[in-house]
Amino acid sequence: MEKTAEALRLQNITKVYPNGVIANNGVTFSVNYGEIHALSGENGAGKTTLMKILFGEEEATDGEIYIDGEKVRITSPLMAIKMGIGLVHQHFMLVPSLTVAENMVLGIEPRHGLSIDVDETERLVKEASQKFNFSIDPNKKIRDLTVGQKQKVEILKALIRGAKILILDEPTAVLTPQETKELFIELKVLKEKGYTIIFISHKLNEVKELCDRITIIRHGRTMGVYNLSEISEQEISRLMVGRDVALEIIKKPPKPGKASIKVRDLKVIEESGKYSLKGISLTAHYGEIFGVAGVEGNGQLQLAEALTGLGSYQSGTIELDGKEISRFSIGDIRSIGVSHIPEDRMISGVAPHLSVAENVIADKLNFERFVKNGFLRSQSIRKFVIDIIKRYKIACQSPDVSVDSLSGGNIQKVVLARELSSEPKIIIAEQPTRGVDVGATEFIRNELLASRDAGNTVFLISSDLNEILGLSDSLIVLYEGEIVAFFPDASKINEEDLGRYMLGIERQSFEQISEAYSE
Amino acid sequence: MNNKRINLLVDTVRMILIIAIAVALVFLIVFLTSKDPLNAIYSFFIGPFTSVRRIGNIVEAASPLMFTALAVIIIFRSGLFSMISEGSFFIGILGAMIIGISCPLPAVIHPIVAILVAGLCGAVVASIPAALKMKWDVSEVVTSIMLNYVVQFFAIYMVSYHFRETQSSSLASLLLRDTSKLSVLIKGTRVHSGIIIAFALCIICYIFLQHTRLGFKIRIVGDNAYFAKNIGINVRTIMFLAQIFAGFIAGVGGGAELLGMYTRFKWTATPGYGWTGIVVALLARRNPILVPLGALFIGYMNVGADIMSRSSDVSREVVYIIQGVMMLLIASESLLQDWRQSLIVKEAKKEEMQHLETGNEKEII
Amino acid sequence: MSSLLSYILSADFLYMWIRVATPILFPALGAVICERAGVVNLGLEGIMLISALFGVLGSYFFDGLIPGMLVGILASVVISCIFAYFHLVLHADNVLCGTAINTLASGLTVFLLELVTGEKGTSASVKSYSFPTVNLPYIQDIPVVGHILSGHNLLTYLAIVAVFLVWFFVYKTPVGLRIRAVGENPNAASSVGISVIKMRFLAIILCGVLAGFGGMYLSMGYLSMFTRDMTAGRGFIALAACAMGHATPVGAFLSALVFAFFDGLSNILQVLRMPAEFVQMLPYVATILGLTLFSIQQGMQKKHKNQS
Repeated sequence: MEKTAEALRLQNITKVYPNGVIANNGVTFSVNYGEIHALSGENGAGKTTLMKILFGEEEATDGEIYIDGEKVRITSPLMAIKMGIGLVHQHFMLVPSLTVAENMVLGIEPRHGLSIDVDETERLVKEASQKFNFSIDPNKKIRDLTVGQKQKVEILKALIRGAKILILDEPTAVLTPQETKELFIELKVLKEKGYTIIFISHKLNEVKELCDRITIIRHGRTMGVYNLSEISEQEISRLMVGRDVALEIIKKPPKPGKASIKVRDLKVIEESGKYSLKGISLTAHYGEIFGVAGVEGNGQLQLAEALTGLGSYQSGTIELDGKEISRFSIGDIRSIGVSHIPEDRMISGVAPHLSVAENVIADKLNFERFVKNGFLRSQSIRKFVIDIIKRYKIACQSPDVSVDSLSGGNIQKVVLARELSSEPKIIIAEQPTRGVDVGATEFIRNELLASRDAGNTVFLISSDLNEILGLSDSLIVLYEGEIVAFFPDASKINEEDLGRYMLGIERQSFEQISEAYSE
Repeated sequence: MNNKRINLLVDTVRMILIIAIAVALVFLIVFLTSKDPLNAIYSFFIGPFTSVRRIGNIVEAASPLMFTALAVIIIFRSGLFSMISEGSFFIGILGAMIIGISCPLPAVIHPIVAILVAGLCGAVVASIPAALKMKWDVSEVVTSIMLNYVVQFFAIYMVSYHFRETQSSSLASLLLRDTSKLSVLIKGTRVHSGIIIAFALCIICYIFLQHTRLGFKIRIVGDNAYFAKNIGINVRTIMFLAQIFAGFIAGVGGGAELLGMYTRFKWTATPGYGWTGIVVALLARRNPILVPLGALFIGYMNVGADIMSRSSDVSREVVYIIQGVMMLLIASESLLQDWRQSLIVKEAKKEEMQHLETGNEKEII
Repeated sequence: MSSLLSYILSADFLYMWIRVATPILFPALGAVICERAGVVNLGLEGIMLISALFGVLGSYFFDGLIPGMLVGILASVVISCIFAYFHLVLHADNVLCGTAINTLASGLTVFLLELVTGEKGTSASVKSYSFPTVNLPYIQDIPVVGHILSGHNLLTYLAIVAVFLVWFFVYKTPVGLRIRAVGENPNAASSVGISVIKMRFLAIILCGVLAGFGGMYLSMGYLSMFTRDMTAGRGFIALAACAMGHATPVGAFLSALVFAFFDGLSNILQVLRMPAEFVQMLPYVATILGLTLFSIQQGMQKKHKNQS
């Protein structure tokens, strides 16, 4: 295999989803044989979509795929596997109660009469492990393996089916540092043997260490292909993490009041033993928008869950409006005056078959204005909801249409309307404008600003750079479960600096970070 | 045509299609198996309308179904699948029977007390699978079905050992006191005032689900339990309460059935209204207001089958075959789904064209 | 009380215990296969009822045991296919689907019974065949043990053999492996090209065959006629047995024995002055308790996992 021959090429790939979102816009991606090629970009940049297209899980709206110089059409994972492409998903596709060997031969089981040829299976697995230098016990059950070992099984699974091109989707997101080291050794061995590896990751220090070339994707477009020996982490960060156009968000100066959210030494440990939050401390105040920046998957979800009561934490304290919430139920927390805009509105944000009106007042059932003696006060509710629909410009034919018939942006407006109309003191907003059209996005952001001007706290978690820089008054950066930077005045932040913190290249000093929780 | 209208159209066509299939099935079975098919068909479809008494039978048959269907609706809309309405209904019969036999009470008061007791018994029975689910997350489907059998044997035991009419050859309880009976509403039929309770409960359940806080919470939990949790609703408690409420209604139904239609307890097995109630609930599209329609339709079918079995050679079990098939069809979410989808897409495209033409900036759904 | 104990330990009871377990074990094994594929088959009751009737009618029409058996199995497979189609393809909820099948079967069996025999209660008026009892050579001569183990109906022995067959199928064959994958992580299975629907369909059909034998045992072994609603909830008890046995063939076997114990007890407890109805309640109460214990145990396992 010549090193410079092209193994695959995605030419001018465009993918437009039915809801109008353009995930890939004329992306060209080329990988040579025998190289480890990094594909980097923020979440939502389009790299996952690109790989789904390559692996046959999605079909491109436009563009061509060339494998080994030949134009091909890939319409299913099975086809992709036949062409020698293997994908190691971020969330493992393994069956926990089956053994390593069983998982590996699933679908291609060697037979001996009616039964599975166990010896042949074991032999195949051992042969593969030795060939690729992965030490795995074929008879161990998947659920008894460590995350690193599970990943090895996934890789072997692809190799044993004849994959010559391996795609690894954020492989180190779930690994410990030691396991990451081991993985890199194994990947380098594979490279020596002539395998081609596509390494999807935003962890630039790792990319620098492992890969030969890097393709950077931003907002669905390619920003360029570079040799990693010729480009610095700072330059990559600048290309990866940047705003196309600085959003004109006109903000009044913040008038921070007393502390509203106090988090001290919060630790969250997953079932696997991994720390999602490694002991973070922060203080947010009334009258400010406190931003949490960072690439998704660095602990933001766990932080939001801890604050709202939806998830547990193993140690640390949280005070909301001066009250310590460790024994509080979700309802109790809400009664303090906390509202929550969840990350996934369809799963936790709405009752899809109930009406707009019902969704808007669902959290206000203890308000005397709407419920008296256990009965809903329909007139009162209707008037209120009609006002809300007007105020939040929710495009629906009537308050009685079911929420799932609305567009994504309008559904988000319903969520926002509900949460803000309860007059909360603290708003925990996760990705509030994700999957929302431009008009609704602007509206939602203005609402959040208005709430802040009224003296409330907006705790904003967003991986949208525009948003987090434009809206936040002060902000922290989360990286791998830790606060690596704190900026008391977000308007003074340089984008490129922020990018470096977000990607783990740089880290503030202890003193700077500890200002995050000074009162 | 907006989405709401599209859904209404497709759902109506679905229902008509299903009823048409049911009718066709009756024809098919009759013509395949009967030596006198035309007579059988006539008896089945027209028979129920041929006399006041028979029309009364339709209402009598519908009455118990309304109660169990309401119970099923409340349970289903909270997101659960407890089948306890059968058992709650039967224990309601027992409870009403005990009050009806043993307690000397003045008229009017007597049936009211008996029926309330019946409801209470039904609620207690329903609380068992509900409590098991709430505390230990035990699947309510199997436990409720098992409990139905337990209730059956328990009730028969009580009648057999403590309230038995010794002079009867088959199992029968002592006579109910006259004061406990529900009065007949329409002369020439056996339509009793229990039907008024049934209609009243339909309205009450509708109001409960649509206009009370608890009913609203039940609907939220049934639609999206994660969302309910997110806004602070205690999902487990709500599910528990829904089952209790449902059990009460089914129990009341049992009491009303006994006191309205019978002079003594004569059952040797649970009558099956709980199961038929599921069909009615599905026909009524889980809406309490439509329950009378669904119940009357099934009642009509049952009466028709009865008449047919007595005047021709086709046995009344046909009705269960039909109901089973109808349940399968109604439960099939994907039935006509492609048609619905194409209508929605067509509509969306039409709207898009309109907006492009008028240059409007309205949201496109 | 001591007489009760001595009776329980008697050869007669132990013989009956195994006998009574048969119609629970067959559907329980079927439920195991379905459960492994990720399907909760709530229509077992109806499937068993159908095969119970069709086996009897088939043996009557074609005047033979084997044809009767084939008709019975065919009937249960057809009904299983209907269940599978509505549940997997038309996306009907499995509780409603199962209930519909049970209602349908209940009506259909009595309808056909009356059509063919003129009777509504039993099929006694027609000559149907039964599966033979088998005296195991050598074993039957062993004192006491021989009395317990030998002389059972052919289907009882088949049921025990079925435990091993199902175990082999689920754990040793490629199809069994795929079914297990589909049930535990359908995404993993489809990512390697396995059709989730096909595997589930197959599981439901195999379950139908097993449940079919269970049904036929009732009308062609346990009794030698069909009586209406003769399954008496065994289809649901089988589901509970499957759950309590953690969806394994051996576990289902042991759980089926537990429930059969109470079922069998009911036959003899009537000797004591206990009301018959309480005795009849026993298997159902046992099922509720068994499921509850199982759920408690599952909950404790989860807690344990989270704490460690």
